Amino acid sequence: MKNETKFRLELEDGTVARGTGFGAMRPVAGEVVFNTGMAGYVESLTDPSYRGQILVLTYPLIGSYGVPAPRPSDSLAGPFESGRIQVQGLVVQHYVATPSHHASRRSLGEWLNDEEIPAVSGIDTRTLTRRLREFGTMRGWLAPDAMAVADVRELADQRDMRSGIFYEVAPAEVRRYEGGSLEVLVVDAGTKDNIVRSLLARGASVTRAPWHCDLAPLAARADGIVIGNGPGDPKDLGPLIAQIRALLGRHRRPIFGVCLGNQILCLAAGGDTYKLPYGHRGVNQPVRDLRTGRCYVTSQNHGYAVREEALPAGWQPWFVNINDGSNEGIRSVDDPYFSVQFHPEASPGPQDTAFLFDDFLRLAGELKA
Amino acid sequence: MNPKGRPAKPEGTLILGSGALQIGQAGEFDYSGSQAIKALKEDGIYTVLLNPNIATIQTSDGMADRLYLLAVTPEIALDIIRKERIDSILLSFGGQTALNCGIALHECGLLKELGVRVLGTPVTAILDTEDRRRFVDRLNEIDVRVARSIACGSAAEARKAIGEMGFPVMLRAGFALGGKGSGIVRREADLSDALQRAFSGGARQVLVEEYLGGWKEIEYEVVRDASDNCIAVCNMENLDPMGIHTGESIVVAPSQTLNDEEYQLLRSIAIRTVRHLGIVGECNIQYALNPGSTDYRVIEVNARLSRSSALASKATGYPLAYVAAKIALGHDLPEIPNGITRRTTAFFEPALDYLVCKVPRWDLTKFHGAIKQIGSEMKSVGEVMAIGRTFPEVIQKALRMLDIGVVGLDPDAFEFADLEQELRNATPRRIFGVAQALAKGISVERIHEITAIDPWFIRAMQPVVSTFARLRESKGAPLTPGLLREAKLLGFSDKAIDSSLNLPPGSARTQRQQHDIRPHFAQIDTLAAEFPADTNYLYSTYHASVSDVEPMTRRKVMVLGAGVYRIGSSVEFDWCCVNAVRTLAELGYETIMVNYNPETVSTDYDICDRLIFDEISLESVLDIYERERPDGIIVSMGGQIPNNLAMRLHRAGARIFGTDPTDIDRAENRRTFSALLDELGIDQPAWRHVTDASSAESIVEELGGFPVLVRPSYVLSGAAMSIAHEPNELRQILTRAKRVSPDHPVVVSKFETRAREIEIDAVADRGEMVLWAISEHIEDAGVHSGDATLVLPPQSLYISTIRRVRRIASDLASALAITGPFNVQFLAKHNHVKVIECNLRASRSFPFVSKVVGANFAAEATRRMLGVAGAGAVGSLELDYVGVKAPMFSFGRLAGVDPMLGVEMASTGEVGCLGDDLQEALLSALHAAGFSYPTKGVLLSLGPVEDKYWFADEARLIHEKLKLPIYATGGTAEALQALGIPCTAVGKKPGDGKSAMDLIDAGEIDLVVNVPRDYDEYGRPDGYLIRRRAVETGTPLFTDLQLARALIEALWLKRGEARRVRAWQEYLAPGRNRAGSL
Repeated sequence: MKNETKFRLELEDGTVARGTGFGAMRPVAGEVVFNTGMAGYVESLTDPSYRGQILVLTYPLIGSYGVPAPRPSDSLAGPFESGRIQVQGLVVQHYVATPSHHASRRSLGEWLNDEEIPAVSGIDTRTLTRRLREFGTMRGWLAPDAMAVADVRELADQRDMRSGIFYEVAPAEVRRYEGGSLEVLVVDAGTKDNIVRSLLARGASVTRAPWHCDLAPLAARADGIVIGNGPGDPKDLGPLIAQIRALLGRHRRPIFGVCLGNQILCLAAGGDTYKLPYGHRGVNQPVRDLRTGRCYVTSQNHGYAVREEALPAGWQPWFVNINDGSNEGIRSVDDPYFSVQFHPEASPGPQDTAFLFDDFLRLAGELKA
Repeated sequence: MNPKGRPAKPEGTLILGSGALQIGQAGEFDYSGSQAIKALKEDGIYTVLLNPNIATIQTSDGMADRLYLLAVTPEIALDIIRKERIDSILLSFGGQTALNCGIALHECGLLKELGVRVLGTPVTAILDTEDRRRFVDRLNEIDVRVARSIACGSAAEARKAIGEMGFPVMLRAGFALGGKGSGIVRREADLSDALQRAFSGGARQVLVEEYLGGWKEIEYEVVRDASDNCIAVCNMENLDPMGIHTGESIVVAPSQTLNDEEYQLLRSIAIRTVRHLGIVGECNIQYALNPGSTDYRVIEVNARLSRSSALASKATGYPLAYVAAKIALGHDLPEIPNGITRRTTAFFEPALDYLVCKVPRWDLTKFHGAIKQIGSEMKSVGEVMAIGRTFPEVIQKALRMLDIGVVGLDPDAFEFADLEQELRNATPRRIFGVAQALAKGISVERIHEITAIDPWFIRAMQPVVSTFARLRESKGAPLTPGLLREAKLLGFSDKAIDSSLNLPPGSARTQRQQHDIRPHFAQIDTLAAEFPADTNYLYSTYHASVSDVEPMTRRKVMVLGAGVYRIGSSVEFDWCCVNAVRTLAELGYETIMVNYNPETVSTDYDICDRLIFDEISLESVLDIYERERPDGIIVSMGGQIPNNLAMRLHRAGARIFGTDPTDIDRAENRRTFSALLDELGIDQPAWRHVTDASSAESIVEELGGFPVLVRPSYVLSGAAMSIAHEPNELRQILTRAKRVSPDHPVVVSKFETRAREIEIDAVADRGEMVLWAISEHIEDAGVHSGDATLVLPPQSLYISTIRRVRRIASDLASALAITGPFNVQFLAKHNHVKVIECNLRASRSFPFVSKVVGANFAAEATRRMLGVAGAGAVGSLELDYVGVKAPMFSFGRLAGVDPMLGVEMASTGEVGCLGDDLQEALLSALHAAGFSYPTKGVLLSLGPVEDKYWFADEARLIHEKLKLPIYATGGTAEALQALGIPCTAVGKKPGDGKSAMDLIDAGEIDLVVNVPRDYDEYGRPDGYLIRRRAVETGTPLFTDLQLARALIEALWLKRGEARRVRAWQEYLAPGRNRAGSL
């Protein structure tokens, strides 16, 4: 007989699903969210936006192409989006234990094990997703089935999703990546590495600063600022919002927000954000550029959105989601400030909006000159 | 230009269809054309369709405003454009046939002159994709890597190119369909033959290409609108790597072994390429991807709807053809509503939370002399698609769907004389070879080394193979719920479990019911449950814990589809099923369609209230039945697959609409049916059961001697049916037949020579025949009815014969208490009629007779089965015009196959045309099936002495009236000369003086009539080389004397007459058709 450990996923509404554990054998708790992408589990698992969450993948076969070799601690190399697995736990329909890919050096299970992340397979993830969709995102517990419910509640590892989470995902100190002549400040509250890689690939130098450091002196030296993505509720990032608000109107160089950065920029400008009934988490989200009418397929991972009807004066909607009409980006009428809710850096997902980095850097260059 | 800067909406649009089904171009174009018509009509555009494929949905009443059942040629298209109010044309919905016709129309300059716009992708972009030189240049402009390729206009150029590139190379014919004429050339010795094949059939261009064998083969389906919005709807990965044509490959969607980087790399390149080429609509892009890196090559771009796009549509639920048509009309993706979610738009990329697996079906064993290996040329005749959540689940489903007698991925399904050879040189059975290799303990790595199949797929098969072994090892032991559940999760059928464990049929099912182990039904919603979607497109899986939808609540009927297309059963049965569903909807029923064939209209989710894309087996149909509890099931519209389930479904307690299953069984069982005929005083050819070879000869004696017809009971389309002329042949046939179907005894009957064959297609209501059509074959009996040229109404039968035929059919309807469709086949000789076959289901010719007569037989049958009374009896003799149905053969694509017709069906499709008389209809039909009028010379090679004299009048016509030189082989030449008909004698074999083959190659012969009698040293009918050369060069070939005579007569009577194009609606206009006056 195979040495299998029964695992259990419980939701706060009482739903229980059982499957087979792979990865670490410890109990965890977290908000349960789903992603509908069909490839890209390495990218998603390391995306800091998923910090504290239990991730459900709707594509039923996971692990097929394995995991590349670990990267050195000072490396930015993809497909990893940060230095570690960020999710609390992973839920899949069917785990492919023996990968087949030229770049694979270990199985997904081995990697999860190394990073002490529990995972379960054998769950009907479609039905689970329908439940999450219908009842909104819920809290859940993932644990060995042999463990008593009370013990799970008591022992399960969980993250502080209010402010603590943002310290966990941000770098400890300012880091600099040498590139070309344009200086970009990346404000990091869980920024994916591919945002930095995308800037470097286009010939910029990047200063990556934790959101809680004093941004003003760094901003003064930058030709452009990117406020990156991150987990959680943007309203819990009051200090960052205040720092950005202090820049608005004074900073004459472009500010570009991505995902969480979009929400921060909006709140800093005096707008509002709200929690979506169920977030956008997938690589097939259609958005329309309201200025050109052009449509793009984008990668998304967010639970909160900008309230379009509450946009402050001087700001206008830029992108809109074609499926549900929610706002996908805003821009300042007079200042070079703009932001998008989706991920132009993709990884995982389509690269159709990567041109936004080109636009951002072009503008930064123009304003510098 | 309208305010949005778009061209004005067209007023009248001509859609080019794909013509008859053939290898490489099949039912998928009925799907795409039908969707295009729907899209155009929604926009209020006058829609005209040119397509002679009479068996399709798109050529049905109520589809296009005007239908032309004529050959898809530039000349005919121009006639229609001049006649109708046409200001625009769609080229990309009718496969390569329509595309080639469109290119010719563009190149002749007349489209421009006549002010006709090409909608969708411009022709220049199409030419960029079709002409290899241009293609390579265009992709180089944007730094997209293409396979190194040198386009050559001659064999000499090709040799030079190969000299530069070195062996192995890939040879491909430009502008060809389904990889025709292509192949891998590994060494100098094979080069001459390969070049000859590639250039045969008048290829303008042959490509010498970099060989990428073993690379992954990946495809993307891309859509772009005129405003440059662009999406990649689906990607697919071939299990069989490069070297095997994608149409011949097992394919999964989405890709399984690509990581996000590779997935997005190829997606981005696809979009970049499509933008650069300026595609407006749908297009397919094929890649080779190095399994050891991210190196890639673009193999080709198809700037049109294709087989892959049909598959992608069904795999994702995204209606590619409909959207492409809307884009061609100037709509942008975000404006087009998403019909499946009913909430979102066409601008999105489906997220799948399941996978699909496509497996092709081949019928190579039906062709004598066919090379069994598969490769870069397409040979398959159909395909199936299975949906599930793991690879074992989908591959096992798919292999069962092929209807080749396997219970799944059974390692013991076939015996292989040399397993390694099987793995190395793939045949249609290679997947079973892989399973067997695993069962024998050969390592995944070793199998990968030999086959280049990605280890992912091989490894995924391992649990199936080991579970087969576990089940077989525990024979006799009770089946535990745990093992049962495990087996079901791995896609095992109840039958596979029962038979592996040696349990009586039904055991696994009973156990499943006891332990509540059953499949659930999940929606294909295009967005992986992210939003609520109101979709009616479902599949079953054992990996779901609940079903997504509740059973429907109103009166409902389930219709079983036709399943996989194969020789003998294809689009015509889909036509019947779709009409049944539509009729049921008109009658106020909710409809459930069950089918698994991705190249059909019946599997469009907007055809029915609930589409269940799944197996048509006793197990799956009962699972659906028990969940949905419909009022009943219709099994008689989808051909033999559903009809064969009638009795077992009935015994399991399901209600079958129409004729009582016990009566269906009575007609299907040769013994009971024969007894019934005797009882009714209806004559039949004498027949006997034969179970062993020793008794065979004495039985033949009893029947009156050779030749005899040999066939098993219960088979469709003459599978394993043959004519034996002498004892040796009979013994061989017996052995072969037993291999195919050991359980069913073989039947031997007297074969009648020089008899006419007649068919009646009919509908009865509680034993009373209420609608019928009688057709006659032009060929003598002995040519399978599916290969025969049908004439409706009959032109040469005695009135008394017709009366007798009608009487017999009516007696049978009454004796079998038939309610619903049926078909009877007769032999007539000297006004004496015998029944040879009776099927209590819709027949292959239902769409043909319905469209010729103007009465929908499938709809009428459905109404009667549901107990709805109709008008009184209607017959069909009094028509002012004639309909002719002609077969389409694909011999040219099957290397080595002898293009002879016999009692086994060999045609892959059909056309049906109308004319004022037999001659007009016959010429139109033959033309639509690829025949071109001879202008150079005619080759006659007639075997039997009497044939030479039978044909004397026609030979004289060729000489005197058609004024064409006659070439004739040995005996034929002598006979003609003796009759005073001038002709040139030619040799039958190469080196035999100036041979027939030389003249065919030189283009001096453009019509071949070859009726062989003797057999050559390889056991092939005499004249094989002549026939082969004819089909390889596309020279019209006739091997039936009667058809050849009818042709010559028609050419004579119609010579010099101007071509007329008349729409189907004009023939059937009120006042012309007096059907019903019988």
